[in-house]
Order: sequence, then structure tokens, then C-alpha cells
Amino acid sequence: MAILIKGGNVVDSLTDSIVKRDVFIEGGKISKIMPPDEFSERGNGIEILDISDKILLPGLIDMHVHLREPGQEYKETIASGSLAGTSGGFTGMACMPNTDPVNDSSSVTEFILRQAHAAGLARIYPIAAITRGRKGEVLTEFGDLKMAGAIGVTDDGSTVKNSELMRRALEYARYHGLTVISHCEDTYLSTGGVMHEGFVSTKIGLKGIPSASEEIIVEREISLARLTGCPVHIAHVSCEGSVKAIKAAKEEGLPVSAETAPHYFSLDHTAVIGYNTNAKMYPPLRTREDVEAIKKGLAEDVIDVIATDHAPHSPLEKELEFDKADFGIIGLETALPLTMNLVREGVLSLAVAIKKLSTNPAAILGVDGGSIEEGKIADLAVIDPEEEYVLKEEDILSKSKNSPFIGVNLKGRNILTIVEGRIVWSRNPEYTRG
Amino acid sequence: MEGFRHKDLLSMEQLSVKDIDLILNTAESLKEISQRDIKKVPTLRGKSIVNFFYEPSTRTKTSFEVAAKRLSADTVGLSSSGSSMVKGETLIDTAKNLQAMSPDLIVIRHSSSGAPHLLAREIKASIINAGDGTNEHPSQALLDLYTIREKKGKIDGLKVVIIGDIEHSRVARSNIIGLKKMGADVTISGPPTMIPYKGESLGVEVINNPGEAIIDKDVIMVLRIQLERQSKILFPGVREYSTFFGINKKLLENIKDGAIIMHPGPINRGVELSSDVADGPYSVILDQVANGVAVRMALLYLLIGGAKSGDID
Repeated sequence: MAILIKGGNVVDSLTDSIVKRDVFIEGGKISKIMPPDEFSERGNGIEILDISDKILLPGLIDMHVHLREPGQEYKETIASGSLAGTSGGFTGMACMPNTDPVNDSSSVTEFILRQAHAAGLARIYPIAAITRGRKGEVLTEFGDLKMAGAIGVTDDGSTVKNSELMRRALEYARYHGLTVISHCEDTYLSTGGVMHEGFVSTKIGLKGIPSASEEIIVEREISLARLTGCPVHIAHVSCEGSVKAIKAAKEEGLPVSAETAPHYFSLDHTAVIGYNTNAKMYPPLRTREDVEAIKKGLAEDVIDVIATDHAPHSPLEKELEFDKADFGIIGLETALPLTMNLVREGVLSLAVAIKKLSTNPAAILGVDGGSIEEGKIADLAVIDPEEEYVLKEEDILSKSKNSPFIGVNLKGRNILTIVEGRIVWSRNPEYTRG
Repeated sequence: MEGFRHKDLLSMEQLSVKDIDLILNTAESLKEISQRDIKKVPTLRGKSIVNFFYEPSTRTKTSFEVAAKRLSADTVGLSSSGSSMVKGETLIDTAKNLQAMSPDLIVIRHSSSGAPHLLAREIKASIINAGDGTNEHPSQALLDLYTIREKKGKIDGLKVVIIGDIEHSRVARSNIIGLKKMGADVTISGPPTMIPYKGESLGVEVINNPGEAIIDKDVIMVLRIQLERQSKILFPGVREYSTFFGINKKLLENIKDGAIIMHPGPINRGVELSSDVADGPYSVILDQVANGVAVRMALLYLLIGGAKSGDID
């Protein structure tokens, strides 16, 4: 089926500009990009979507999600996560290996891909574990995992504590063409901590996690990148010290990339006051200064990627005493409006924001998509930047509802998602005919 | 012909091209002894040789022992478990005690790089380094050079690839030095986790993928993967190693005619080398073992035989 998307403002993330274009999609690819109304072909089988004045983006790619399957299907499944993601404008999601069983073998990777195929919505990119069982002891079979379809490795949720092992993982992963993602946490500093160590933790009597816990391992990964020349991607940067370290590493020319999550530029540790477990995540929400540093890091391209760290938990893990609750919040359905806040504040241009949500993660993961170009795969999203709405729990499509943004006024919303030329999600019933 | 002017054989580094030629030529003339009915000549009668092995070894120890006996030397074998090492004696003290018994030559294998050098400084007997830590194993390199020369007629100009855990291999280090001295072009190959830091600084090319590295080579030298030592950190397991870095028959479809496959032993069949390759027509692995005896006879002869009397130091 062919689709003509008419009248949209197209984000061209290669030139950082927004232009009015009609986009013709055929055979799953973007076949033509034309100035408005130039398209003359008319015929059967062409669906015309008039999106006048809405914005057409390359499909968003979330390089950090937890889809919980296999093992914790009551929190999320690959199908429910795919749905939540596509409703939020995501056409691709890289799922972390801390499932049960851990994705440390080709059979789990193949299972994830089978489930993703059955869901038939977004592209799911399995990220396998660096070490067997994420125990930090023995490397997983990177070559075998790559052949099964894994595109990266991480022990996310844990740091590979053994620096020698991490060094070898970087070297071995580069050989097999896998992206290495590092969860940075010195657990000797963080164990027992439940929120950022700062004046709030002192005031409300919760054990703190100092920023140093993150910074120390960020610095270690930078040293290992320098030693080996191998690329490393730093997951969920939350604090100023990490931003500074990554900035210096990039200035030195080291192959280091980094992501942050929307909550780290939207909230600070005062959100925990009242013992709100939906403000509990690792790394923790930091100070106002850290939030500003994250924004600056995004603006200066120190932080390449905005990824959600979508971490679904059920009330069983969240409606508890603060120190007993699990870490993490969902993010797939709020990433776009929260990022649009940065655009409205003037921190990022829309084109640069989309780069961080699509082009850059595609490049770091080495996957298709990430830009609107003739001949490229037709993974696209249409957003209405002006739509305002209050996030309601019952509107959340993820199986889990653990979001601190419930009840918050959001602006900017995805209205249509296309994967490989196929409409997989639409807010407007008019568009769902396909 | 100029004599052999060394007290000890500690490294390939110390040998000149002339020295290496002399060793290989001497080995060639001694090789014939092992094919006789009575495999013994009186050349080293009255000389005593101590085989001092601080690390387990079958091949090298036996090879030196056989070489010494074929030259009629008296041999004593010591292993770390049977020595006073386990009683806490230092290496130097052990050496001094041995020296007091006036051996002519000590063959030493030790887990510490540089141990033979320490011994050589302390005592008068000749020392042969039979493998020190991750440093060198010169007699292995010499028998490899001998085998290459025997099979290919020359060493100069050959393309050689060494595959495996290069970083921890004393065999690789000695071979790289020796092969380069003799004019060969050397490539190292294996997982990046096993290639030494700045590997190119050894004067070799690095091609991680063995399938690519072997294509235009005359000599393919496969190293033993030390499963017992580093498997946890350097590679995930045997299955993955053999899939991505093992040499099997399928890879050999692309190699040069007349290429030879070598391995210093012991082989992990099905890991770094598939059985059909180890036992196949390209393999010269058992020739290496046979040549090991001849080369070690040559070393013993050149170090403590009559040929160089008066030339020492």
C-alpha cells in the first residue's frame, strides 16, 4: 500500500530545519519528498493523509526501555510496551536484558524478536547482557547473540564492577559490532540509598545516593574508552559531574556517547517530598543545578540522546513504603511532550530535539531509520505540537501506570505512527483505515 | 664457521641471523641421529644437565630430556612440587645450591617472566629458557623456524600468521622475534581481547578475524587456548571461540596451496583447531615435535659441547 502524507511540516534532522513537504511512501520506504502539491500521481491504492500544519518526524527511537518480557508480564509485555511506544511516537525501542530469564543467550534474544514480530507494531531491538545472568563474572556469547539479532550489550540495572571485564567487553563488542551501554553506579556508594543525597534526603530522613556514585563509573568508562579506543555509551546521565566528564571526554575526541531521560530534565529531588514512589528511580532525581546541567549538556550536544528508561512496575512494587519500593518510572508516553517543553523553553530547536530522540539513537545503535530521506525506511510519526492535555492514568496504554506525570498538564502529542510504511497507531480514527 | 658465542639461551632477541642459521644447520646434521637404530652419540658424555620445571610440561621437558640423552649427557629432572620451592626456598638459593653441584647446563621453565635471566646472572652453568611466564619460549620458536625452513625451503619472504591468545603467549613472542629476524612477514590474529595493547608495535600486522588473516599466508600457526586460565574474562566460552576464531576445514578452502598449519601443542581439539585440520594434510604438528628434539640437541651441543670451548664470555 502507498501513502501520501500531505501538507506537513517535515523535520529534516540532517539540516536541522523544518520545511513544508509532501512525503510519498511506497513499499515500506520513503520514495519521494516533494514541495507541497507537486505530487501528481493519483490512483487506486494510494491513501492520502492530509496532516496540514502538523509535524512529520522520523519515527522516534527509544534506546532504553524495559519491556519486562520474559518473566514479568504482569508489569509489561513486548506487545503492551510496543503499543505504549507507538502511541508515544516511537517506532523503535531497544529493550534491556534484565528480564527473567536474563537475555544472556541467543534463545532469549530470539524469543524477544518472535514476540515483537507477533505484536507487529514497533521495531524491537534486543540488547543482551554483557555477563551471564548479569552477574558480572563471565562474558556472554556476543557473537552468538549478534547472530540471533541482539544489537548491543549492557548489564543495565547493574554496573560491570570488574574493570578488566568491562575493558574486555568493550574490545570484544567492537569486534562483533555491538553497542555497549553502561549503567554507571558505584554500588559501594549507592547501596541502601533510595534518593539523591542532598538537602531533601537529609530533611525527610531517607538514605541518599551521592552523585559521585554515578560519576566514578562514568569516569572509569571514559578511561576505558581512552585505553581501548572502543566506543561506550553512558546510560541515563543524571548529574552535573557526569555531564562535565563526558564533555571533557568528547573534547578529547574519545568515542563516548550519552543519554539522559526526560525526568532528569523535568524534575528534581524535591519531587520525592511526600514519599512519592513515582519519583523513585535509579539514578535518582538530582538537584535543580543538576537539572540545569543536563539541559545545558543537551543543548551543547554533550548528551546525544533522550531515552526514557521506561521501567514499568505494578502497584505491588510501588504502593509501598518509599525505601521498599522498586526504582523506575514509565516514560514512553510522556517523552515527547516533556521534550517539547525543552523546545518551548528554547533549550533545543525542534530539529535538534528530534535528533536526540531519533537520528542519534539510530546512529549509536546502528539501526535503520532516524531521518526522513528518499530511499530510507518509512518509519515516521506525526505530532501536533500544540495539543494540550492532562495525563490521566486511564489513558496510559502501558500495563503499568507508575508515572509522576499523571495529573500534569502536557503539551505536544503524537497523533500517528507509521512503521515500514504501515500505520501502526493513530489517535485520529480517520487515519486508521489502512 | 664462527662459533656460538653465548653462555645462555634466554631469548630470541639475543640471537643474530647467523646464530639462528647455525642452530638450524646444526639441528639438521643432528636430526639423523634420531633415525638411527642406536640413537645415541657420545658428544656430551660426562656433562650434566638439570631440567628444572617450575610449571607443568610434558612435551618440552621430554624433548630436552631425550635430546640430552641422545648426546649422552646425564640428566636430572626437578619439578616445582618435588623441589625445595614448596618449602619456601627462593629461586636464587635453589640455584646456588644447584650450582654447588656443578651442573653444566640448566633448562628452566618458570611461571615468572624473567626468571631464567635472574638465574643466568647468579650461576655459572649455561641456562636455557624453556618458557618464562608470558615472555619467551626460544627453543619452541627455533623448532618452529626449523620446521618452516624444512617444509618451505626458506623463511625469508614468507607470510606467517599467528592466531590465538597472542597477549599471553610466550610462543608467539619468540616466534614474532625470530620470524621477523629471518625476514618473514608476520600477522597476528584473534579476538581483540587477546591481542596485546598496541600490538602493531611488535612490527606485525593485526587482523582480528582469522578467516581473513589466513587467506594469503604460507604458514598458519595456531596457538593453544588456555581454557584453564582466562576463559572467564577473555572470551565467553569454548563454543563461541571455536565458532568465531577456531580454524576448521571450511576456512581452509580459501588458503594458499602448500600452506602449512602449525601448533605448539597441546591441542584443544574442536576449540582452536578442528580435528580434521589437526590431522589433515596441511598439518605439520608432529614434524614440529620431531624437530624439537633435533633443535634442542643442537642447542645443548652449541652451549656446552666442545665446539665453542674458550669462547664463553
